[in-house]
Amino acid sequence: MCLAKAGQPRPQPSTGPAPRAAHWLTWMATYHAGVSNPFTFLDPLVALEAKIQELEQLAQSRGVDLSVEVASLRQKWAEESDRTFAGLTAWQRVQLSRHPQRPQASDYIDRIAQEFVPLAGDRVFGDDAAIITGLGRIGAHACLIIGQQKGKDIHERKRCNFGMPHPEGYRKALEKMRLAERFHLPVVCLINTPGAFPGVEAEERGQSLAIAVNIRDMSLLRTPIVVAVIGEGGSGGALGIGVGDRMLMLQNSYFSVISPEGCAAILWKDGAKRDIAAASMGLTADILSRHGIVDEILPEPPGGAHRQGDAMAAILQAALVRNLDALTKLPMAELLDRRYAKYRTIGQVIEGGELLTGARMAAAHG
Amino acid sequence: MVLDRLRRGAVAKDPKKIPDGLWLKCPGCGKTVFKKLVEERQDTCPECNYHYTMSSVRRIELLIDSGTWKEWDAGLSAADPLTFTDSKPYPKRIAESQLKTGMNDAVVCGTGALNGMAVGLGVMEFAFIGGSMGSVVGEKLTRLVERSTAARMPVIIVSTSGGARMQEGALSLMQMAKTSAALGRHKEAGLPYLSILTNPTMAGVMASFASLGDIIIAEPKALIGFTGLRVIKETIKQELPEGFQTSEFILQHGQIDLIVTRQDLRGELARVLSYLHRPRSTAAA
Repeated sequence: MCLAKAGQPRPQPSTGPAPRAAHWLTWMATYHAGVSNPFTFLDPLVALEAKIQELEQLAQSRGVDLSVEVASLRQKWAEESDRTFAGLTAWQRVQLSRHPQRPQASDYIDRIAQEFVPLAGDRVFGDDAAIITGLGRIGAHACLIIGQQKGKDIHERKRCNFGMPHPEGYRKALEKMRLAERFHLPVVCLINTPGAFPGVEAEERGQSLAIAVNIRDMSLLRTPIVVAVIGEGGSGGALGIGVGDRMLMLQNSYFSVISPEGCAAILWKDGAKRDIAAASMGLTADILSRHGIVDEILPEPPGGAHRQGDAMAAILQAALVRNLDALTKLPMAELLDRRYAKYRTIGQVIEGGELLTGARMAAAHG
Repeated sequence: MVLDRLRRGAVAKDPKKIPDGLWLKCPGCGKTVFKKLVEERQDTCPECNYHYTMSSVRRIELLIDSGTWKEWDAGLSAADPLTFTDSKPYPKRIAESQLKTGMNDAVVCGTGALNGMAVGLGVMEFAFIGGSMGSVVGEKLTRLVERSTAARMPVIIVSTSGGARMQEGALSLMQMAKTSAALGRHKEAGLPYLSILTNPTMAGVMASFASLGDIIIAEPKALIGFTGLRVIKETIKQELPEGFQTSEFILQHGQIDLIVTRQDLRGELARVLSYLHRPRSTAAA
C-alpha cells in the first residue's frame, strides 16, 4: 500500500518554510549528484530558507530573541516566492510538477480524506500499484478516490512503475467507478503520471483499449466526477482517468498531448529542445483554462506544493468539497448534459471563414 | 511473375528507365509491380496482397454504393490556437498539406449507402500530416457521430493515424474525449459502430474512437498500437517479439474481432451490419 503509515511524522504546518530545509538540501544534493540541478530557479528561495533556519537555530541555541529578524526574512521569502512562481517558464513548471518532494496522491489522500479504504484489483488480471483506488470521505462527501501514484522511495517507485499505469490499472479504475455509480458515490481523480506505460506487456494487454473505454465510459458515468491534476498530466495516460465534470489543476502542474521531451524529439529532432516544446504546447494551467480545458486553477502556497504539502492539501480539499457540493445538487440528466457539453465545445476550427470555438462550435451544426 | 510478364510485353525493357508512376516497389515482398494492377485490386500487391495506403477518396469508392455519397463538413479547416511553430509555422504546414492532398484536413466524413444500407462514414487520410487528429478531425468525427445518432444510422470509421496532432497541444488530446463521448451516446442509442483499423493506427486515435467499435476489424499486417515502436525499444531496451503491434498480433491478444482483406471488406461490413442493425423504416417499396 502506498499510503504513509499512521504515526509517521508529517511535514510541518504551513507557516512559512518547513524547518527541514537542511535535510532537503542534502537530499537534493545527493539525488542530483552528477546531474545538473534542474531547480536552479529556486536557488534564491532555498538560500533564504537556509538563512531562516540558521537564525532559528541560533535563537534556540543562544537563547536570544531573533523573532523580528526571522519574521522579516519570512516576509522576504514569501515575496520572493510570489515573484518566482509568477514568472516561471512552462518548462520550469514541468520540472516542478516532477519535483521529487512534491506531494503524491497518497499524501493528498492522507490529508484530505478522513478515512480511506483502499480497494485493489481489476478483477480480471491484476492489481496495478500505479493507480490507487479506494473509498474515502472528503468533507461531508463519501467518495470513490482514484489517484495515480509514482512512489516515494525506490521500492515503492518500482512497485508503482514510476506512476506509469498498465491496462489493468485503468481497468481497475473503471471497475471501481462502476461500483461508485451503482452506490451513488461521486468520484475524485488525482492525476499524476508521465504517461501510460510504453511496454510490451502493456501493448499485449490492450493499453489503447483500456484507455479508450475509460474515456468513453467516464463521459457516461452516472455520478459526479471531479478531476484534479496534481503533478504530471501525461497525455492519454492522464486522460484515462481524466474525464469528468470539473477539471482542477495545481498551478505548477502540466497537462499535455505528449511530454515536452517527446515533442522536441519528434518536431525539433532534438530532445534537448524540450523547453521550447514545453513553451509551444500550451501545457500550463493558465493557457489550458483559456481554452476551456481546465475549469479551476489551484494556487500553490508560498514555496510551492513540494514545500508546503499540508497547505496545498487544504487548498485542494476546499476546492474538491466546493465542487462536490455543487455537482451533487444537479439532477443526473443535467449533470451528464453539462459534462457532454464541456468536451463537445473544446477545440478551434475555421468554418466558412469564421473561427469557431466553445459554445459557438457546438451550436454551429445544430 | 507479373514483373516478367510485363517485361516480356516490353513495357519497360531497361529497368533503369521505369517511367515514374507506372511501377511500384512493393514494401511487402520487395517485388516491382505494375501500378495499374495494384490499383485494379484496391491498392493491394498482386504478388503478396500487401495493403498499400489507400486514399480516402478511393476508400469511399470501395465502401459506398456509387452515386449515394454525400459529404459533410468538407469546409472545416484548422485554426492555430497556440500560434505554433516548429520547423515551420503550423498554418504553413496546414496550407502545404492542403495543397498536397487536395483536402482541408485529415478526415472525410459523410453519409452514403453500403450495399443499400444508409451509414455514416468517416475516413482518415494518412497523407495529411500523418492522419493526425487535431480540432478539425475531432469536430468532424463528432458531428458525424451525432448526426448518425440522430438519424439512427450505424457509424463506420476507417482509421489511419500517427495519433493526436501535437501542434494543437491539449486541444488535440481533448478530441479523444470529445469523439469518445459522442460515440458513447451513439452506443446508448443502441446503434452499431464498426471501427476499421488500417496501417498505421496508433496512439491517441487508437486510444480513443478507433478502439471503441462494437466490432473492430483490421486490415492484414497493419501496424496498430498505443506507443510507437521506437519509444518502446528505448524504454525496455530489448528486442520486441516477432510481429509485435501487427493486426495479427493484436487479434491473437484478443483486442480485435476480425482481420479482413480489402477485397472482402465491403461485403463483410454489410454482412455484420445485417446482424447488428435493422433500419427503422425499411424501404418496403
